[in-house]
Order: sequence, then C-alpha cells, then structure tokens
Amino acid sequence: MKIKAQIAMVMNLDKCIGCHTCSVTCKTTWTNRKGAEYMWFNNVETKPGIGYPKRWEDQEVYKGGWQLRNGNLELKSGNRLSKVALGKIFYNPDMPEMRDFYEPWTYNYDHLVTAGEGEHPPVARAYSAVTGEKMDLEWGSNWEDDLAGADVTGPLDPNIQKIEEEIKFNFEKSFMVYLPRLCEHCLNPSCVASCPAGAIYKRDEDGIVLVDQEACRSWRYCTTGCPYKKVYFNWQTNKAEKCTFCFPRIEEGLPTVCSETCTGRIRYLGVLLYDADRVLEAASTPDEKDLYRAQCDLFMDPHDPEVIAQARRDGITEDWIEAAQNSPVYKLAIEHQLAFPLHPEYRTLPMVWYVPPLSPIMNYFEGKDSIKNPDMIFPAIEEMRTPVQYLANMLTAGDTETVKGSLQRMAMMRQYMRALSSGREFDESRLERVGLTALQTEEMYRLLAIAKYDDRFVIPTSHKENRMNTYDMQGSAGFGGDTMGLGAMGTGGAGCDGCGPASPGAGTETKTGKEIYEENFYGGIWRD
Amino acid sequence: MVDQFLWVIFPYICIAVFVVGHILRYRTDKFHWTAKSSEFIEKKQLVIGSLLFHLGIIPVILGHISGLGIPKEWMRAVGVNDHMYHLGAIWIGGFFGLVTLLGMFILTFRRFSIKAVRKLSSASDMIVNTLLLMIVFMGMYATVVTNAVNPAFDYRDTISVWFRDLFLLRPDPSYMMGVPVSFQIHILAAFLIFALWPFTRLVHVWSAPLSYVGRSYILYRRHKVN
Repeated sequence: MKIKAQIAMVMNLDKCIGCHTCSVTCKTTWTNRKGAEYMWFNNVETKPGIGYPKRWEDQEVYKGGWQLRNGNLELKSGNRLSKVALGKIFYNPDMPEMRDFYEPWTYNYDHLVTAGEGEHPPVARAYSAVTGEKMDLEWGSNWEDDLAGADVTGPLDPNIQKIEEEIKFNFEKSFMVYLPRLCEHCLNPSCVASCPAGAIYKRDEDGIVLVDQEACRSWRYCTTGCPYKKVYFNWQTNKAEKCTFCFPRIEEGLPTVCSETCTGRIRYLGVLLYDADRVLEAASTPDEKDLYRAQCDLFMDPHDPEVIAQARRDGITEDWIEAAQNSPVYKLAIEHQLAFPLHPEYRTLPMVWYVPPLSPIMNYFEGKDSIKNPDMIFPAIEEMRTPVQYLANMLTAGDTETVKGSLQRMAMMRQYMRALSSGREFDESRLERVGLTALQTEEMYRLLAIAKYDDRFVIPTSHKENRMNTYDMQGSAGFGGDTMGLGAMGTGGAGCDGCGPASPGAGTETKTGKEIYEENFYGGIWRD
Repeated sequence: MVDQFLWVIFPYICIAVFVVGHILRYRTDKFHWTAKSSEFIEKKQLVIGSLLFHLGIIPVILGHISGLGIPKEWMRAVGVNDHMYHLGAIWIGGFFGLVTLLGMFILTFRRFSIKAVRKLSSASDMIVNTLLLMIVFMGMYATVVTNAVNPAFDYRDTISVWFRDLFLLRPDPSYMMGVPVSFQIHILAAFLIFALWPFTRLVHVWSAPLSYVGRSYILYRRHKVN
C-alpha cells in the first residue's frame, strides 16, 4: 500500500442551472490570450448534444483513453513503440483539429463607432482570430446551448446512440442535463502516458496534472490521449495547455475559480486518499461496468487507524489527513454514494465526479397533481424524463442500477426533509430501504441543499515550507519560473495581452490602491 | 581569397554558430523549443508532405554520413567497390532524395498557399521551408543531372576529403576548386541552414523522443526539497 492524496471535485448536477459563470470566470483567469481563444478549460455542455469538441465522446474516432488488449492496459491510440516507430510522430492521425472545436473569432467593433453616415445602422462583422478574414459563424463552443439544434445534434450524441430504444427528439419528449466539464485530473491519466517528451505530469502532493511548458515539444499526442479532450493545443505558442485546477489557489487553500464563482453552489472540493499501488490494477478491471466500484475501492477510509498510520508513513501531513476526514468529496462519493465518475469506461480513473440530476422528478410527489402514494418513488425514477440509461451511459459505463440507487437516495432525502419541515409523519424505515439513516439523510441535506462554503470546500494548504525558504520567497511566488521549479503554465514570452485589467498607473507613476479604486470604480460601474 | 572564404571561413563560422547557438537557445528559450506543428490548423496536405519528407530525410542523412564521412578506401576494405557504391548512391539515394523532395515541395506549397498556415508562420519558418526545398532540389540535381553529364567527377575524391579535413582542423579549399556548381550551391546552402538551425524550428530534431519507448507511462513529479 502506498497512500497518496489528491484534491478531487464533485459536481451536483441536480443544481446546475447552466449559467456558464464557471466557464467565463475560468476563461478570464486562464485562457484570455492569443492562441487560447478557443480553449475552455471549463465548459458547460447541454446534453444530449455532441459537445465540445464535436462528438468528443466517440473514442472510435478520437482514440482517447485506454483499452484492454489481451488483458493488458494499453493506450487506445497505440503503444509507445508504435507512436515512435510508425511515423505517427510526423503526423498524428487521431489528432483533433481546430474545426472539431471551432475557429475563434472577434468582431470589428471599431466599425460601430467609426462608420460614416448611412441608411442603416452599422453592424459588427465576425473576423477570424486566426486568419483575420471575415467569416461566417457555423459552430462555436456553446452552439447547442439549451438544446439549440438538438433535433439535429441530439441523435449524434454517442450516449444517445448507445441507448437501444429509440429516443424521440420532439418537444414533448425533450429532456436535458447540464454537464460542466473540466480536466479530470485522473489517477491514470492517458495524456501523461501519451506525452513522448514527458512534459505532462501528475503532482505527487495533490494529484494535479500539469503541462511543463518548457518541456513540451509540440508532439501533440496528449490531445489525442485525453478522452475528455481537455488538453488543448495553443496554435500561437505550439504548446499543449490544460486546466491547472487553479493550483496557485489550491496551494493556498482556496477553491478553484470555477468552484468559487459557481452561482448554483454545485461544486465540492476535498481530499481523497488513494492507494497508488493499486491504480493500474483498478484501471485494468476486465468489465467496464465494474470500473466505478474498482475506483471506489482505491479510496481509503480516512478514519481507519491503519490507513492513518500508513498515510503518515507515506509522508502525508496531519492537516491533510484531517482534511481527508472532513472531505465533502469523500462523503458524496463514498459515504453517501451519490456521485459517479464521468465515463469510467475510458479507464483513466477520473477525479471529477458528478451527482446525477433528479429534477424534474419531484413533480410526481409534490404539488397539485402529485402521486399520493410515497412508495411510487421507485417506479417514478424509471419513468424519469431524463432516461436513467442516458445518465448511466455517461456516469457508470451503462450500469443503471448504481445510478438509480443515487437518485433514489436523493429523492428519499427530499421527501424526508419535506416531511420534517412541514411537520408531517414520515416512516423512517423507508430510509433504510435505500440504505440511509435519519442522521445521514440530514447530513446529506446540509451538504447538498444548504451547501455552506466551508462544507463545500475543505482544502488544506500546501506545505511549501518543506521545500523552500518561504521567507525568501515572499512576493515572488507567481506562476512558473524558478519559484515553482516547474515552469508550469508559464506564459513567458507568449505575451499576455488581456491577462486581466492592466494597472492604470503601471510604468508611469505609482498610485495607491485607493487612488486606483477611485479612478476606476465609479458609482458601482467599472470604467475602462 | 574568395575560395578561402567560401570553403574555410564560412563553414567554420556556420559550425561555430551552430554549436554556440544551440547552447544559448537551450539555456534561454526552452519555451519556444518545439516542433511547431501546424497539424491543428491543416491536416490533409500535412499527412502526405510531412510523412514523405521525414521518412525520406532520415535515409538521406544516413547516406550523407556514409558518403562524406567514410573514406573510399575504408569502403573498399569492407568489400564495397566503387561500382556498388555508385549504384547505391544513385538508386537508393536517388529514391529517398526524390521522396524527400516531393515531401518538401508539398510542405512548402502548403505553407505558402494555405492562408491559415501562412498567417501562423514566422519569417524563420518561411526561410527554413524555402531553403530546405532549395537544398534538397540542388542535392537531387547534383545526384541525377550532374552525375549523368559529368560522370568522371567523383565527390568522394574531392568534397568528402575536403569535408573530413574541415573537422580534422586542416582545411584545404583546393579540393573544392573543380567541383561542379550544383554541388557547390548545395553545400553552401546546407552550411547556411546549419547556421540558422539553432534559431529555427529545426531544433526539434534534437528532441526526438526516443526515450519514450522505455519509459513508464505515468509520471509523478515531486517538488525539489531545498
């Protein structure tokens, strides 16, 4: 046994309202640069739909993730030797192209204010950010938002195509689920395994997967290797870039930007202890429907004295062990068994998990025309508007039973809490039937429905004092460079136009923060 | 005087720039040290051009090493007589040269004709492409045309000796006097590209990921402890 710790995430899809705040705050923080316009380290997809890039879930085309070959785990895009020997290094046949994402564009806003007098008001036209040419917009990162065009794209969704019964994409039958996606910071990351230069790595202390910008040589296998298509190719710097899990924030005990700004409070961050020695074994589980359980088995019980003793021997500090014991991720994924990994069948053992959405099932039980018999909850979930099979195809490699269990527990929790708050009778033996206790149900309720900041984010700070003289480093710990010894995500040399608002006094005179504030923040509105 | 410059001073300058340039570039600019792939932008022409060029250039380089680096006498000693060598150089060398030339032509055509690729190309990319195309073309011309027109000329008695002497620090420009112009252009342009090498995308050659084959798949990195 070798215990490592990882900061993992759970998203409660039941509460996601698809507002894209996570995507926007992420973009303004990380990818607001030339060459990165098309990159969304975090994006929110409306499912069913083909997503971003188009049909990313079709691994027969993109060849992402792992597969079992004669019982051995192998990259789906081919083993190490084949990549170097077969000339794939000169041309990667499975690499996604810009057209699979979309061609980034901007508008000639100048024209709006400089156009001469004319019969019609001036219009801003779209211009390609790559060629600078006028372009017609045919696809973008959120082209299918809220089922736009789902009658066309919905049937092409690989999760839909795996459902045997026919799904009708007419208005009466329509359903949708928001799926916020970011790098999964997998336990068995196929992007890391794909990189011939060894530039992508998993951080030993917190499991965050990063690209060393100084070691990346533009071989591009990572973009193929990641089955979630969350490693992007910067067409300006010719380097791979990906979600950093906001490591500078995580190191300070702060949640990622997407989590911090989530208006629906759907995101949870916490520590998971896992057995690093058994990762390969778990990823090689023969039946893909067992992969979810196999991954659960990797996570160690942070309350078990033996696990605690082993964690200490493996160099995990007390505050991290304590954080693991209070981890909302451990509670949601293991204790309550509400959350599932996205597409476990890719065998990367992803570490961003999802609580499946229950809505709008509760209409069956609440309101005017509700079903009076509370035991109808089980058949009702079968009849849910969003087919359970569809959720299972995304979250459990098609195993509907485990997803149903999670939905039943959440539905039961709602009924119980409704009874409790309205003073109605509730037979607590009903909780037992879905494997819950009253105390546990209330804990679940607090975590899912109240979702206090301190309950959602339990993040221990990193222990920089063990490896650097923090006194000397005061004020110098930016991204990349020598302070990290990593050069991760360094934008050095690439220029950084638009990396946040420029300080107005920069370069000319020094102004106090108060002066800058008064100059810029005027009557509640930012002035440029 | 001109000969002294072309066949002694210029090659040495190029070699010096090649060595010092690489050291400086590696120490100061790892961020831009890449293969600069444009496959993300355009794929259809790249597949033919890149594969032809790269699969052609590797045997071509090996051919140059054997032709320039191994003395005629050594070849004879291991049983390769002049006729055999000649057949190999013309037919095998010619074949891979043609493959390389075709690949380089497609790559250069692609770089200039496809707007998105052109827009993302730096001046150095354009120069490297054009120069490489020219070098490969002149190499092919010298191998096929000059050899046919002037069969008496043997570069292994002239160019190869001059080349080896450069590295043995006893440069002698006189070997290059009677060499046909096509060879001379090929050689000078080649030295020029060696001088440009450290400052262009060509540095990716030194990053060929041969160690990947024997590496473990998953890499963890730990902070260095002070």
